[in-house]
Amino acid sequence: MLRSYPPQIVLEAVLNGLLTGAVYALVALGLTLVYGVLHIINFAHGAMLTLAMFAVLMVHLGFGLDPYLAIAPLAALFFLFGYGLQRFVISPASRNDDGAILLVTLGLSIVIENALLAVFRSDTRSLTLDYSFSIVDLGFALLSLPRVIGFGVAILVAGALWAILALTDTGKAIRAVAKEKLGAALVGIDVNHVYAVTFGLGAATIAIAACLLMPSFYVNPRAGNAFVLVAFTVVVLGGMGSIPGALVGGLIIGVVESLCGLYLGDSLGQIGIFLIFILVLLLRPTGLFGARA
Amino acid sequence: MAEALLAIDGLTAGYGQTEILRGISMTVEPGEIVAVLGSNGVGKTTLNKVISGVCGATAGRIVFAGQDITNMAPERIVAAGLIHVPEGRKIFPNMTVRENLELGSYRRAKASRATNLEKVFETFPRLMERTRQAAGTLSGGEQQMLAIGRGLMAEPRLLILDEPSLGLSPLLVEEMFGLVRRINADGLAVMLVEQNVVQSLEVASRAFILENGVFALQGNATDLAASDDLRRAYLGM
Ligand SMILES: Nc1ncnc2c1ncn2[C@@H]1O[C@H](COP(=O)(O)OP(=O)(O)OP(=O)(O)O)[C@@H](O)[C@H]1O
Ligand SMILES: [Mg+2]
Repeated sequence: MLRSYPPQIVLEAVLNGLLTGAVYALVALGLTLVYGVLHIINFAHGAMLTLAMFAVLMVHLGFGLDPYLAIAPLAALFFLFGYGLQRFVISPASRNDDGAILLVTLGLSIVIENALLAVFRSDTRSLTLDYSFSIVDLGFALLSLPRVIGFGVAILVAGALWAILALTDTGKAIRAVAKEKLGAALVGIDVNHVYAVTFGLGAATIAIAACLLMPSFYVNPRAGNAFVLVAFTVVVLGGMGSIPGALVGGLIIGVVESLCGLYLGDSLGQIGIFLIFILVLLLRPTGLFGARA
Repeated sequence: MAEALLAIDGLTAGYGQTEILRGISMTVEPGEIVAVLGSNGVGKTTLNKVISGVCGATAGRIVFAGQDITNMAPERIVAAGLIHVPEGRKIFPNMTVRENLELGSYRRAKASRATNLEKVFETFPRLMERTRQAAGTLSGGEQQMLAIGRGLMAEPRLLILDEPSLGLSPLLVEEMFGLVRRINADGLAVMLVEQNVVQSLEVASRAFILENGVFALQGNATDLAASDDLRRAYLGM
């Protein structure tokens, strides 16, 4: 049943998978960071991605701002949005009860999604940019320019996030709170502030992902959910809470999806992802980079 | 006598409906070692947590260096120079020894981080050999040194040590009390919370014995060590 393809086609599929995978990794990064520090799964992650994608659309239609130029302002805006959301909505509404936090983020996703539906209807929209269909010719493979840019920026952002966590005092405070809240409070770290900063960083990565997606993707009020479903698999594969895990996991998932699409047909491309999901849960529930129990 | 460094007056606290502390009053003078003693579960750790702001007080007042710190946010209490080295160490297991120490000066004394790091390594040469080791892989004794070292990084004016000898071998316990003496010799006030009654009374100048939410006994350490009440209750003599 499996067709055999010339190596060049397979190589191209692998490269395309890596390109998509980097953006999956970026979406997963925010999810895994928030999980690793606050120990909650942010159910509003998908809705926030959709919101960010609409924001990219709006700043383009409204101010003619190119999605790539929107990266810095939207990342900053979403950082503040995420910070405020955690500090003034999620934390007070849930009183730090983990079950309640899940419900609050779930409720938030419903609110955001329906607000978007009310404003934008359920139509699917996309951006037309002169480079949307530009091609990068590597000689041995043809790749879409927006996706190559997306790959590069996603890797840069992952690197920057790693550097923040590893090298800055704020990053160290985030890692400290992730593992030892009381110890962190006793060295004078404001735990609630760190939670909010973490949530803000997660939101900022989502905004960047949206800027990278929009030149080659469409948006409707549910567009973000598909990505977050995949991102969740990435997080589980890489290890819940692991930053390198999210990056490697994202790339692997991208390649798997692309190869499954090649061999099984586009509509079955995601089967491989869920197969991996189940295999990881069965064989290595802690994921590739997760702490062993 | 000059104004006390720490003055607690009529403090009550607890968890939900359960009152654990029922009217605690005590002082720590500058440069002094004060021992707070009591058996398991009487509320020694609770007292420390209320002082450092991670648990709420329901009544009473805590004044530190002239400032009312009752129910203040923990980071502001750290900023004021009251440092609490918690029971069970609570170091950051996923981070290196050096990063743990650096975070000790997250809120206070950040400018003198480098010199304080050297001082801590002088006090604990064992830590210097392990700067890049993940703190979670240190031995229990080393973790306790790290927790104290992390506290010292903030240039404390008062150091609260919650059961620093817990889980250490007799030899290390001896070393720990020696260490408490040494850091106090530089003029640092220490509130030593312990179950190790005999050794604590040897290093402390004064002591408070917590029972049923209040201080049942208090006074000069040498007097207490000789008191029949204490010997009967805690030393089984
Ligand atoms: N978070 C909490 N919620 C409810 N009860 C608590 C909590 N923490 C402590 N307690 C209770 O408060 C009482 C005092 O505890 P605390 O830890 O202060 O005792 P302790 O004197 O430090 O004991 P030990 O010497 O064993 O460390 C205990 O009965 C304990 O069960
Ligand atoms: Mg205790």
